[in-house]
Amino acid sequence: MSDLPFILFSLVAAWAAIMVVTRDIAVHALLYLVVVLLSLAGVFFALGAPFAAMLEIIIYAGAVMVLFVFVVMMLNLGQTDRDRERHWMAPGVWIGPTLLSGLLLIALCLTLRAMPPTTGSDTLAPIGPQTVGILLYGPYVLSVELASFLLLAGLVSAFHIGRDTRATGVNSGTATGDV
Amino acid sequence: MTAPMPVIIGVTLAILLGLATFLTWFERRLLGLWQDRYGPNRVGPGGILQAVADGIKILFKQDWIPPFADRGVFVLAPAIGMMTVLLSFGVVPVTAFWSIAGTLNVGLLFVLAMMGMGVYGVVLAGWASNSKYALLGSMRAAAQMISYEVFMGLSVLGVVMQAGSFTMRDIVLAQSGLWFVVPQALGCAVFTLAGIAETHRLPFDLPEGENELGAGFHTEYSGMKFGMFFLAEYAGVVLVSALLVTLYLGGWEGPLLPPALWFALKTSALVCLFVLLRAALPRPRYDQLMALGWKILLPLSLLNIAATGAILLLHAPG
Repeated sequence: MSDLPFILFSLVAAWAAIMVVTRDIAVHALLYLVVVLLSLAGVFFALGAPFAAMLEIIIYAGAVMVLFVFVVMMLNLGQTDRDRERHWMAPGVWIGPTLLSGLLLIALCLTLRAMPPTTGSDTLAPIGPQTVGILLYGPYVLSVELASFLLLAGLVSAFHIGRDTRATGVNSGTATGDV
Repeated sequence: MTAPMPVIIGVTLAILLGLATFLTWFERRLLGLWQDRYGPNRVGPGGILQAVADGIKILFKQDWIPPFADRGVFVLAPAIGMMTVLLSFGVVPVTAFWSIAGTLNVGLLFVLAMMGMGVYGVVLAGWASNSKYALLGSMRAAAQMISYEVFMGLSVLGVVMQAGSFTMRDIVLAQSGLWFVVPQALGCAVFTLAGIAETHRLPFDLPEGENELGAGFHTEYSGMKFGMFFLAEYAGVVLVSALLVTLYLGGWEGPLLPPALWFALKTSALVCLFVLLRAALPRPRYDQLMALGWKILLPLSLLNIAATGAILLLHAPG
């Protein structure tokens, strides 16, 4: 069992992430973000978590990102937005964030080196969907419940915002609307 | 017993592309039969070479990319549409010994993931075309396909609960006693409707809706790029039929005939059903389509999951 798939997927993810930040056109950036998510799914798969990999594609790449693309399409961005984006991406702007990210990378590497090594990759077995399910509704049932609360709250607020106010308004046109 | 993997992949690909091409003629001929007219019957015996003639014509057409289009994405979009459909076939087990990855332990989830990716083909085609009708078509497609993906995912959960596995091969093997279409009739109905909406076939072809949107998301496409959308749609029909057979109709199982033939027979019967739906049903309005999904199919599929879970718990040993 080699690490080659893992390394390849990681390289693609890193390259695509760089492309996300540097694109002028919003839809192109979003497409590269989809590539990032797909290669992350590949990384999960290479690490022996096929269930997480598939959920990454279905939920993030397949649902969340489609909605992002949908919104950007609705906004109908033109040449002026592209120019503004390019203006924001002027070379001088990069210096600060690059320094900070470099510091973060160094700190991360140092911390990871200080940690004791975990078991080798040869002892890791892939975790199938059944195991994940048993774990989710066993030791982690509290987090599942909390996540479902959060989703319910999101659903209720989306319903509240998207509600058709004419149907409940006092001076609605329902009585006279059909004239 | 098991053929080498390159052979399986090659044969599957060849059969699929051939079948999708052949279906373009077969559908028109079948529609003709049901509507009491001939359909294309001039080229070759019974008109079967019409697909070849269409193919040659479409290859020699000028492949025009509009100057206002986003070139890269414009070229990419039909490829995405075709690729996701073909990849999904990877996990469909034709027989116990003939499948590319029928034993993948997240097989069904992989199909759902690829269906989710398939939305991009249509959405990006509309966006990259940079024209109003295409954009409107792809917006409809995005909303429709995302919505119906939800019901599709929920409707197959009953099957997963009964089979106890996401593996397509195990799902077929679990149906050796009774096909899942009997206990999961509700889920099967929801899955069929979602499958039609997901492949944006008639009567749910609102993203194309030629009476209002020109040709919808592929208005600006010509030549073989349009051909690719066209073939991807027919390959999608075959895919949904094959999935229905695998999930609900016992896959390759059946008496007397060899397994592969059973699979082919069931799948082609369902493909004919898809064509019959096109011949028989009018297209609903867009809001009717969305209301049907969220107000009828969603509660039905949730009910199906709850009922299946309750019955399984009651019959659980111990």
